[in-house]
Amino acid sequence: MSVNILAIESSCDETAAAIVTDGRIVKSNIIYSQIELHKLYGGVVPEIASRKHVEKVNQVIRAAIDEANISWDEIDAVAVTYGPGLVGALLVGVSAAKAIAYAKKKPLVGVHHIEGHIAANYIENADLKPPYMCMVASGGHSHLVHVLDYNKYEIVGRTRDDAAGEAFDKVARAIGLGYPGGPKIDKLAKEGNPHAVEFPRAHMEDSYDFSFSGLKSAVLNYLNGCQMKGIEVNNADIAASFQNAVIDVLVDNSINAAKAHGCKSVALAGGVASNSSLRDAMQKACEKNGFAFYKPSPVYCTDNAAMIGVAGYHEYMAGVRHGWDLNAEPNLPMKTI
Amino acid sequence: MKILGFDSSGMVASVALVEDDLMVAEYSVNYKKTHSQTLLPMFDTIVKMTELDLNEIDAIAVAAGPGSFTGLRIGVSTVKGLGLAIDKPVVAVPTCHALAYNLWGSDRLICPILDARRNQVYTALYEFKDGNLVTLKEQDAMDINELIEIINEMGRPVIFTGDGIPVFKDRITETIKVDTLFAPAHLNRQRAGAVATLGMIYFKEGKGETSDDIKPIYLRKSQAEREREEKNGRRQFD
Repeated sequence: MSVNILAIESSCDETAAAIVTDGRIVKSNIIYSQIELHKLYGGVVPEIASRKHVEKVNQVIRAAIDEANISWDEIDAVAVTYGPGLVGALLVGVSAAKAIAYAKKKPLVGVHHIEGHIAANYIENADLKPPYMCMVASGGHSHLVHVLDYNKYEIVGRTRDDAAGEAFDKVARAIGLGYPGGPKIDKLAKEGNPHAVEFPRAHMEDSYDFSFSGLKSAVLNYLNGCQMKGIEVNNADIAASFQNAVIDVLVDNSINAAKAHGCKSVALAGGVASNSSLRDAMQKACEKNGFAFYKPSPVYCTDNAAMIGVAGYHEYMAGVRHGWDLNAEPNLPMKTI
Repeated sequence: MKILGFDSSGMVASVALVEDDLMVAEYSVNYKKTHSQTLLPMFDTIVKMTELDLNEIDAIAVAAGPGSFTGLRIGVSTVKGLGLAIDKPVVAVPTCHALAYNLWGSDRLICPILDARRNQVYTALYEFKDGNLVTLKEQDAMDINELIEIINEMGRPVIFTGDGIPVFKDRITETIKVDTLFAPAHLNRQRAGAVATLGMIYFKEGKGETSDDIKPIYLRKSQAEREREEKNGRRQFD
């Protein structure tokens, strides 16, 4: 008997629903992205995001069920992201998921957003099994996670200031690329020289933590300096050099942590994991060091509900059930050992 | 006809089941827990207590706003989920209409006031005519002093209800020139019984909609939108 999960995700600016079978097979993956709406403001506006979620939540759920061509009887549980994220945004998905699970008499499984990003790797990589080292990098999170089991984690490194995606957004704004910065820098960097400017790489002593605020300031200072001296700046070079510095840190820390923890595999997750240069660099470093390398397709890197369905499946199988009083938890910690 | 009512527009979480002329159940809690933690467990209690089969429900009514943005979204999202799951229509009941309905049959001018911060209230004006709620002034956000002026001009005895009372009672008492009452404890906050009863009337009038379409009535744009419009407006005059 296969297990089907209806999954709902609304933690930031994507309203999403999916049907996932047995924690690996994606029957449907519907995403309503609000990016166009938030571009006007140069970033995600929580109140606007929350309002849009309310308008779209039923449509994406209905589309996910229709596209999977599944009946309610075949759905075993409802999984929903309940943190971390924007509280007003999370509450929409949580409220709708609870009501649906209640009325359909299905078990309710709350899912941690980051655990979802990590679980996205299981969708297309049938051979990936814990333990492994996973670099999770997105607009709101940057964590180096030792995945011990499908629902057991150890955080071995984290950002001490900005998330990696945040640094991308800020630098993109500084060179006039606008929001969202990640894909725009990725694209422009292909035309630039990654060694044009050697920006600083912050390596922490005795730690796999990272810091991007120093790098971000270095880029801004460099741009200011050029402006004052009347030197014309090549934005493609800046994008490539900045991106190269971020990637160096992410890759070095991942490889070092994987070695130290005796892992055989390294995985990427989160929105920044869709960055093509990061994927290439991590691939090369893994090959060089003898690690198997895994990454989700870009559609499963950015926020989506399929990944919540995968993580939800493992929670469900482990017996996790949430009550009708499940609340959104904007600062929800991971289930670490 | 069986109608469910939900109200989480303010501090009170309230759920009710109304069947024709009978309120089968009503459960209201005005306590510090969030609506996300209270609303569905309260509904579950009503379902169990009244042995309710959800498929017997004809429609689901919700206080759609104005009110706390987050509270409205919890209520509307819950009703959306229920409506989708049991495939039943939903009815958006304006919060002030439902509050006024608490005072059914009063011969006074009825004025719900909800604290909207920044010296403003979400408010509206009503009267009952032959048992029907008649809207004299539609829901809006306005300065409390402006509201008092309007009521003074109308020159009719008034009764206030709503969570704006503890915030603005002194101001009202000082400046109002008409005979004034404040609704007592059991009638001065949102009640899902009124939402469901009024929802039933609206539903019979054909005002039901699909759970996909229903939206909160915020009455205010988000701060980011307001600031952007102000900025763009100023630019036009530069």
